[in-house]
Amino acid sequence: MAIEIQSVTKLFVRRGREVVALDDFSLSIGSGEFVAFVGPSGCGKSTLLNMIAGILEPTGGAIEHDGKVVQGPNRSVGYMTQADSLLPWRTAEDNVMLPLRLRGVSQSEARERVAALLATVNLSGFHKHFPNELSGGMRKRVALAQVLAYDPGTLLMDEPFGALDAQLKLVMQNELLAIWERTRKTVVFVTHDLAEAIALADRVIVFTGRPGRIKLEERIDLDRPRDVFRDRFSTRFQAIYERIWQALEPEIKKGEAL
Amino acid sequence: MNAYDAAQTMPDRSSRAVVEEELKVARGRRMQRIAQVAVGVLFLAFWELAAGPLIDPFFISEPSAVFAKLVDWIRRGELFSHLGITLYATVIGFAIGSVSGFSVGFIFGRYERVGAVFDPYITAIYCLPKIALAPLFIMWFGIGIESKIAMSAVIVFFLVFLNTYSGVRDVNPIHIHGTRIMGAGEWQLLVNVIAPSAAAWVLTGLKVSVPYALIGAVVGEFMSSNRGMGFVIAQSSALFDTAGVFAGLVVLAMVGGIINEGLKRFERHVLRWRG
Repeated sequence: MAIEIQSVTKLFVRRGREVVALDDFSLSIGSGEFVAFVGPSGCGKSTLLNMIAGILEPTGGAIEHDGKVVQGPNRSVGYMTQADSLLPWRTAEDNVMLPLRLRGVSQSEARERVAALLATVNLSGFHKHFPNELSGGMRKRVALAQVLAYDPGTLLMDEPFGALDAQLKLVMQNELLAIWERTRKTVVFVTHDLAEAIALADRVIVFTGRPGRIKLEERIDLDRPRDVFRDRFSTRFQAIYERIWQALEPEIKKGEAL
Repeated sequence: MNAYDAAQTMPDRSSRAVVEEELKVARGRRMQRIAQVAVGVLFLAFWELAAGPLIDPFFISEPSAVFAKLVDWIRRGELFSHLGITLYATVIGFAIGSVSGFSVGFIFGRYERVGAVFDPYITAIYCLPKIALAPLFIMWFGIGIESKIAMSAVIVFFLVFLNTYSGVRDVNPIHIHGTRIMGAGEWQLLVNVIAPSAAAWVLTGLKVSVPYALIGAVVGEFMSSNRGMGFVIAQSSALFDTAGVFAGLVVLAMVGGIINEGLKRFERHVLRWRG
């Protein structure tokens, strides 16, 4: 197992009140598996991702990644968020180079690998551009090249394409899948977009509203390699969508009623 | 640089729209320059004509007299020796104030507890008019250049300190977490994330404090000294030499302007990623 979440509980204190984000949550994620978390906002799916990344500490329980308990920043994952995580004062090339340099790769070797990585995400020719000179989609490509640079076995993605427009989102999903097909990394993908979760993942985990628990686990048996542009119109896709939506809808309505 | 980069930085002169746009910008800039010079010339002309018939030159002197005074100072070699002393105090005071302000601001910003403990004291001293410290510095350091350096260092310290502190606190937590996960230790985090992120704030602090470093040095010279531009102005005033006072002010204004322009260019280079 790549990731073992063992009865994890997470409490926050907000304005003098206790908030239970996750309650006795357990889940195993296999090596090379693509898992998507969906659920209403505030259900603890991002909190769980941040705990796997080692940014947050569980209040109770433990998380094992590659057989080791996560304590402090988890350096064997790649972490990508919806917000721009690129350093704005570094060019695209220097951003992708950063994790390599931090891990002691020599300047010349790093430069070579960066050129190849930027080509992988179709961004050749934009090496010297600063993030604010790139479009939203291009920035996502640089961020993707950055997490691929040091070849972590696991990618943690927190609504990475949430801020992109609908068409661009599909393009990026398609590229992510192509990269995943080649590298077979373990991916944990948080999203509120159910269609995105089904299009990408082997398994979709539906969270309940706060406190977050598993409402439904659904294996997505669509054939690989997938076509994110067309799969969604197939009857199989729609049947899966309908089944998961049945579980998700009441949770979302519950959140709205509060 | 590959072809794409070159295309990005060089204007495409084969396009008529680009050429016309460039001409328009150049024309606008030329008009602005002409207007700037015209305002200056008109002001000087009015001053020259008003001195005498409208206002007693005893109070406002006149541009020609101020200019003659400047030429006289330069010829006797006084200008550059006095200016040199003032600038020396400014530069040393600025260096001491900015390095210490940066270090303390950095530590307070990075270690919240330390900052919280010292905060009321820093605030109290900050609220003190720094000029009120001048008598104390004269007692401590005498009327030599040291008291002027101390004066300007104290003023610069607070400006740079406050900006560095805010800058370090302002670092985006996503950048910190992301870079840690990518493998950064504390020192690498500092060099690659915190320092560049705070640079914009620190630079603003440095830029704002340069004229204040000059003010500190000149105020110190007003209080007690026998050299420096502040002394020249104070002495001219004591001798009712209005032209001398204005000449001193002109020199200080020009020096301040030159320093500011240099800083502006430096900042533009360092912060070019902001686009």
